[in-house]
Amino acid sequence: MANKAFAWLDERLGLTTIYNVVLDRKVPKVNWWFTLGSASAILFLLQGVTGMFLAVYYVPSPQSAYDSIQFIMNGVAFGWLIRGIHHWGASLMVIVVFLHMLRTFYYGAYKYPREFTWLTGVVLLLCTLGMGFTGYLLPWNQRAYWATTVGTELPGTVPLIGPFITNVLRGGAELSAVTLTRFFAVHIWFLPAVIGALIGVHIYMVVKLGISSVPDRED
Amino acid sequence: MTKSPHLSRNNFVKGVVGILGTLMGVIVGLPAIGYLLSPALKIQTSESWIPLGPLDNYPVGEPTPFSFTRTKINGWEKATNSYGVYVLRKTETDTTVFSNICTHLSCRVSWHDDIVQYVCPCHDGHWNKDGAIVSGPQPRPLDTFENKVEDGNLFIHFVEG
Repeated sequence: MANKAFAWLDERLGLTTIYNVVLDRKVPKVNWWFTLGSASAILFLLQGVTGMFLAVYYVPSPQSAYDSIQFIMNGVAFGWLIRGIHHWGASLMVIVVFLHMLRTFYYGAYKYPREFTWLTGVVLLLCTLGMGFTGYLLPWNQRAYWATTVGTELPGTVPLIGPFITNVLRGGAELSAVTLTRFFAVHIWFLPAVIGALIGVHIYMVVKLGISSVPDRED
Repeated sequence: MTKSPHLSRNNFVKGVVGILGTLMGVIVGLPAIGYLLSPALKIQTSESWIPLGPLDNYPVGEPTPFSFTRTKINGWEKATNSYGVYVLRKTETDTTVFSNICTHLSCRVSWHDDIVQYVCPCHDGHWNKDGAIVSGPQPRPLDTFENKVEDGNLFIHFVEG
């Protein structure tokens, strides 16, 4: 029965083909450093899921942001766990994505024909840092407030357009409710949408081109 | 490779992945469900006697509205909810206090003097002065509160949750 149902679906969706092309593809003999890409993708999914759960209770307003997080931590069953995973997963993701980049760089895996994969990876790394930056403000505590004050002041040193960039980031001259909501929107919609799409392109390239082998003496 | 009567390496790995996967799914899934459900499971009940003022404020034979507010903490927010009742003194001593919450789907009913009926605006429910159903989809007459009079003041027994 299960086999019949699977065969019916397989005929229509091409599941076996997907399995053969994506999961059973030929790969060279590689080492553990080659697992960092999958680890980055898994961490992104983990951040996405825990983030969805946090959004159930979190309120992006100066009045309620801090209190709603206190409620998540103390008032909701396993809220501490969900937020803890999101908190530590964020730091871990930055580390893993960065190591993934280093491996690609030192093994020369960015070279022909994988330049475009590298380019999408650069944007993915920047977006990951952007997620860290925007997410850091959301608890709306002292650390978040002053970190974002400093972080949005930094681009202010750019010649000519610096103050303009600062004002765009803050949605005004100083940190306010407007800053909090725009950071929230970027954190949960804009950046995840870009990251999700680019991960799709990135993985498509990996499957299409195959992965590079560990360079040997000849390379 | 000869066919071995024992579990093949491939099947062993499949089995272990299946078992560990299920285990991890449960370990992660149950807290996630608890996280979503926990506010629904923490229903605070409260009861108190609400003073509606001197009984003499309420004319005999005429439904008179009274409203009061109750504060309550929902999650991180302190909310003030307002409630309305209709006091009907049938005689000098016999008083009934109706809730203005419709017994159909909880819209608020109001007293219409011109037709001598309570009317719910949502689905056109009608009740007579004694709270009995005249017409409409509502399953019950209007709910009433237990009431008492102490030192000439009217109180209702208000139960929440």
